[in-house]
Amino acid sequence: MVNQQLSTPTTASRKQTLIIVGNGMVGHHFAEQLVESGALAGFDVTIFGDERHRAYDRVHLSEYFSGRDAQSLALCDADYYQTHGIELRSGEAVTAIDREVQVVMTAQGRYSYDQLVLATGSFPFVPPIPGNDSEGCLVYRTLDDLDAIQAAAKNATNGVVVGGGLLGLEAANALRGLNLDTAVVEFAPRLMPMQVDSEGGELLKEKIETLGVQVLTERATQRIEPGDTSRLRMVFQDDTVLETDLIVFSAGIRPQDTLARECGLTLGERGGVVIDNQCRTSDPHILAIGEVALWNQSIFGLVAPGYQMAKAAVATLTGGDTCFNGADMSTKLKLLGVDVGSIGDAHGTQHPGARMFRYLDPLTQVYRKLVVTSDGKKLLGAMLVGDNSVYDTLLQYYANGIELPKEPASLILPQQSGAAPALGPDALPQTAMICSCHNVTKGTICSAIDAGAADLVSVKGATKASTGCGGCTALLKSVVDHELEARGVEVDKSICEHFAHTRQGLYDIVRVEGIKTFSELMEKHGNKETHRLGCDICKPAVASILASCFNEPITDAAHVPLQDTNDTFMANMQKNGTYSVVPRIAGGEITPDKLVVLGQVAQKYQLYTKITGGQRIDLFGARLEDLPAIWGELIEAGFETGHAYGKSLRTVKSCVGSTWCRYGVQDSVGMAIQLENRYKGLRAPHKIKFGVSGCTRECAEAQSKDIGIIATENGWNLYVCGNGGMRPRHAELFATDLDDEQLYRTIDRFLMFYVRTADRLQRTSVWRENLEGGLDYLKEVILEDSLGIGAELERQMQHVVESYQCEWANAISDPEKLKRFRSFVNDARPDPSIIMTSERGQLRPA
Amino acid sequence: MTATALIPTNRNDTWQPLCTRADLVAFSGVAAWLNTPEGPAQVALFYLPGHAQELYALDHFDPFSKAYVIARGIIGDIKGSPVVASPIYKQHFRLEDGQCLEEGEVRLRTWRVAFKGDEVWVEG
Repeated sequence: MVNQQLSTPTTASRKQTLIIVGNGMVGHHFAEQLVESGALAGFDVTIFGDERHRAYDRVHLSEYFSGRDAQSLALCDADYYQTHGIELRSGEAVTAIDREVQVVMTAQGRYSYDQLVLATGSFPFVPPIPGNDSEGCLVYRTLDDLDAIQAAAKNATNGVVVGGGLLGLEAANALRGLNLDTAVVEFAPRLMPMQVDSEGGELLKEKIETLGVQVLTERATQRIEPGDTSRLRMVFQDDTVLETDLIVFSAGIRPQDTLARECGLTLGERGGVVIDNQCRTSDPHILAIGEVALWNQSIFGLVAPGYQMAKAAVATLTGGDTCFNGADMSTKLKLLGVDVGSIGDAHGTQHPGARMFRYLDPLTQVYRKLVVTSDGKKLLGAMLVGDNSVYDTLLQYYANGIELPKEPASLILPQQSGAAPALGPDALPQTAMICSCHNVTKGTICSAIDAGAADLVSVKGATKASTGCGGCTALLKSVVDHELEARGVEVDKSICEHFAHTRQGLYDIVRVEGIKTFSELMEKHGNKETHRLGCDICKPAVASILASCFNEPITDAAHVPLQDTNDTFMANMQKNGTYSVVPRIAGGEITPDKLVVLGQVAQKYQLYTKITGGQRIDLFGARLEDLPAIWGELIEAGFETGHAYGKSLRTVKSCVGSTWCRYGVQDSVGMAIQLENRYKGLRAPHKIKFGVSGCTRECAEAQSKDIGIIATENGWNLYVCGNGGMRPRHAELFATDLDDEQLYRTIDRFLMFYVRTADRLQRTSVWRENLEGGLDYLKEVILEDSLGIGAELERQMQHVVESYQCEWANAISDPEKLKRFRSFVNDARPDPSIIMTSERGQLRPA
Repeated sequence: MTATALIPTNRNDTWQPLCTRADLVAFSGVAAWLNTPEGPAQVALFYLPGHAQELYALDHFDPFSKAYVIARGIIGDIKGSPVVASPIYKQHFRLEDGQCLEEGEVRLRTWRVAFKGDEVWVEG
């Protein structure tokens, strides 16, 4: 593209050249919308981003210090743009726009455009205080900013955030994450002056101070100078001082409109590129979206309005009719763990005559305020501090103009019997906005359900609802459940007709009552109406639960009729009724002697051999009656069962690690073997795969596993709930720099919690997606032991570890069990219907 | 193990002993050869001790996968009828008449079966 021909006349047959300046959240969303609308057929698209990272989630930036990395914050996979034929030029800042000839300039070249989209976002406002450029004065906006803060924090014990608004408190959270003594300095008389009033601000201050963050309000900093006890000293207007090692300015944002200003686009008085409802600027070839755009004298500093602008801009380019008509700035936040919600005219200042209701509970530190019309019928605004549980309901009253109950105060009073019930999903009109990030209404959700989406996950997939900020998760679930029920879809969670319990319910019953057999469970808790044999749903599920709890051999007489055929015969049935055999090769490490034995056994029993994706060797075509003899030879050579047939731990894949690899920082093979031997035999709701990589190059692909472990200089980073297969999912970073013991303990708890709470045949990835509270909740339970069950989970796992025995070794020592491995009870000869043919030097089913 | 010779017969009275009670697996199945007028057939024998009908004999052949595997399926009951689920594609077959619950036109052959003392006899 560099130095290409300058602007040529547009003709209908030629694709237009579209340049996007800015690869932040809104710029990325715009590109996504282009892809989804099919507009790429008409445009060649190039994106310029001045940061070196591709678009990432700025909303959750402070999590960078609590474990998330650039990769996990990224908004798309590394090859997303390439896949769709979009050119992303990261780290290449646009330096000028020449509107005359329709060209943008960068340090690397000149690029002509037919259409230009400005999505340059904003920059942090740094108050003009003398000394604000001292070393240790930083801002909070980009990943590079965070790296700078982290570097400065290395030799620091305390830090100050200038700005007590939304972003300031986010920044304070980040400093706490770096273990600094943190203070917040705010110019206004209270925190979050835009969102809350003085009562709310006072409560917020109290709550934040309880967390050990110092809050100074009504402080104007006069100058910053070198300190005595710390690196810097801030001098305030009343001559009081505060010493600190670093200062983060987070006192609001300003539109990043330099390019627009220099090329003469119309700007607002206080900056921002003026746009109309189609997101057009004063130049018909240039659009602007996001925080750089000024619509109706307003800059929108939230992601949802930016996304709406992106959508409107795509419509403008493709001849659609979606417009940007302003956006609701209602917002729900959790800052430093404190809920803050603000809806509409929260201060009641825009509606003369508005009436207000307030509720303040100083003990539980909850403050709620309603602003209603003078007739008390409509909600104009609301303010919440300390508890956002009523936010969703209030937002629906506000956004949809739903008439308030006779006593509006009932909406903010503590719920007692007889109080007004929360607004149920059925009360919402079809136009009710459920997910404002992706502009999903209740009507869209209903259409998705009518089109076949039959559960929460499918609705999310079909509509993208709740995949942005995630704030609407609970509301979405209640709407989906309600709509499914309304369509007669049983939201009955009974596992099958034999038990009126979920899998989780059965698990709890088995554990609490110590029930050890299926027949006892059926006797005590089965559905009395039915024949009481169970079925192919509940029997394997109960077999798995019993094995998770007590770990008795699955081939014991009481358990064997419960097992799927693969567990019964401890091998994987193939399509012609023969089985495949997979011995355990822990960590993928195998001695030459054992390799030779595998070859010999395969030759002797005429087995087809193939290397699996989990670094082991699969022997196919074993006849039922040969399985005991095959295993006799394998066990003799030191092999044990690989549980390839079970809903249980499969493999722990590893790279070669520091033992051989020049990049490795830990012994990944050693760790993989440790882990595989620890968890082998654990039966779970579904199969479980691990991966262990010896460095961040991630050659073991650990992030596509249920449990992924990546070595660091200091220990191990733990990732959870990834998946390959049909619906790939990146594992999420769960804990960092664990030592070996911490790693085992965390995985013990995690796996047992999964075993305890997942549905039958639910992989960790789907379990995680359905888990209310998401990753944060999981961290609370596992890492902080918020349910107080950590020790119990560890004990249960210890029992499984200690009671492990190789199922095949157990079976071949018991003639009764071996009786099952007969082709026919009245003829020892093999089944003549199994016919093999040869291909590429091996046998395969004919 | 009971090794019964497989001699094709044309007799009308075709009740045959296939195995003993000890060869069966409670609440599960085993496979056996049976002489029938059409030739030797593989049958699946299911044993539900303590139930009104304790023994069932069905085709061992699974018409969906075209493999001889039915005896290795899971036993259960659906809406009151005992069934076996094919271990390959999981269709359910009613034990008493071989009817497939998912595909109305598919039905496994069944044979009469009974204990004579400890021996399992099937009518071929």
